[in-house]
Amino acid sequence: MATAPAAERLAEVFVEVADTLVDEFDLIEFLQMLTAHTSELADAAAAGLLLADQHGRLQFMAASHEQARLLELFQVQTHEGPCQDCFSQAKPVINADLNDAADRWPRFAPRAVAAGFRSVHAFPLRLRNEVIGALNLFGTAAGAMEPPAIRIVQALADVATIGLLQERAIHRAEVLTEQLQAALNTRIIIEQAKGVLAQIHGCGTDEAFELLRAYCRTHRLRLSQVAHTITTNPADIPDLTTRT
Amino acid sequence: MTGIAGGWAEVQALIAAEPPGVEDKAGVVGWLQRLCRAAVRALPARGVGVSVLSESGEQVTVAASDPASEAIEELQFTLGEGPCLDAYAGRRPVLTSNLAGEAMTRWPGYSPTAQARGVRAVFAFPLQVGAARLGALDVYRDRPGALSTRALHLALTFAEVAMAILLDAQERSGAADDPVGGRGEPLDDPLDDRAELWQAQGMVMIQLGVSMIEAMARLRAYAYAQDRRLSDVARDVVARKLRLEHDP
Repeated sequence: MATAPAAERLAEVFVEVADTLVDEFDLIEFLQMLTAHTSELADAAAAGLLLADQHGRLQFMAASHEQARLLELFQVQTHEGPCQDCFSQAKPVINADLNDAADRWPRFAPRAVAAGFRSVHAFPLRLRNEVIGALNLFGTAAGAMEPPAIRIVQALADVATIGLLQERAIHRAEVLTEQLQAALNTRIIIEQAKGVLAQIHGCGTDEAFELLRAYCRTHRLRLSQVAHTITTNPADIPDLTTRT
Repeated sequence: MTGIAGGWAEVQALIAAEPPGVEDKAGVVGWLQRLCRAAVRALPARGVGVSVLSESGEQVTVAASDPASEAIEELQFTLGEGPCLDAYAGRRPVLTSNLAGEAMTRWPGYSPTAQARGVRAVFAFPLQVGAARLGALDVYRDRPGALSTRALHLALTFAEVAMAILLDAQERSGAADDPVGGRGEPLDDPLDDRAELWQAQGMVMIQLGVSMIEAMARLRAYAYAQDRRLSDVARDVVARKLRLEHDP
């Protein structure tokens, strides 16, 4: 684990994560920002976030690095894995050694090792008695996560959870449900858009996502908006949907 | 992952156990009518309706649990506003636990009219999978109040099953014989690795030059015709081992 992040940087990140009460709040963008910051501050190789859907199943929502090998590691946790344990027991799973976890997670652990990871951590997104999901960190080095980093990540998860639940408290109880369902559907649209771009450009889905994200960054557009256009009217974005 | 409240298997069993009505239509519509009545019984609710909407503005109520609910369902098309239309447009559920609340300003025509017909709460769920959307399922109650967690699970699942029935109706008329029974995996269990399935839908959309709805229907029809799991077919599409062809 690297040295602790500078106080100024920490303060910046926490302010950004706490800022959920904005017009046009986009849950997917928010969670992507959260995973990117988590991975940076904790010096992790990758971070991802899963939220429980209305059936109580954990669903992948966002990641610092979106690659098929990682996506699989998040998806399998609908069945088993550190996030599933963290979610069902409402407490963090920290410094799990993946080389020694095949008994605990027979489906998850071998995949994670094959993907090049050595350690894994999961932090609950929890407010009092309610757990809405889990934040997942992966490391490639054997070194353990130190207590200061652990506290920072749990605090980030806490602030994000308060922000998400606060919105519900201010509006109506149903708002979080509506928002979660919309975000789950947006996640599907993003995968469909990857397929569209992969087919057009004759590339893999990871590369397709990079094309999509690069376009969004260049044009300062939201992933959800661009993915939606790609899947409904691809000809509207010729820069992205013309075979090169 | 069996035993989850409101899971697919449970909802399919509820629909299969719902007796057909003497006035039910044949085929897909008949199944949706049974779905609506099964939902009324299970949630419980006063009424349930399913409407199909299209990007080009078509609006049709295809099934309802009873004539009164059908009329309320159609009310929103007459008035041009309501939770079902908002759920479709916004691609998210619209949960209105009290029509007398802020709903009065949100739908100034619909809210008082629906209340005059005895509806106090409306919960609208889009029928959609990502970019593909077909309409909405509406749940009506005669008392204000939020849906319980279990009722919400069930309603979302009823909407998923309705979506699958409509999708399959597009490609295979024979499926209407029994869309919720028969084969071991009648409507595809939506639990496993889904990312590849969604990616495959996007790929097929471009391969065939069709809409996402049709791409989805074609993938399902292919899996059905080949008697293969949908997830296996999707994996082959993403791995480029399989390419769907145009209809001859």
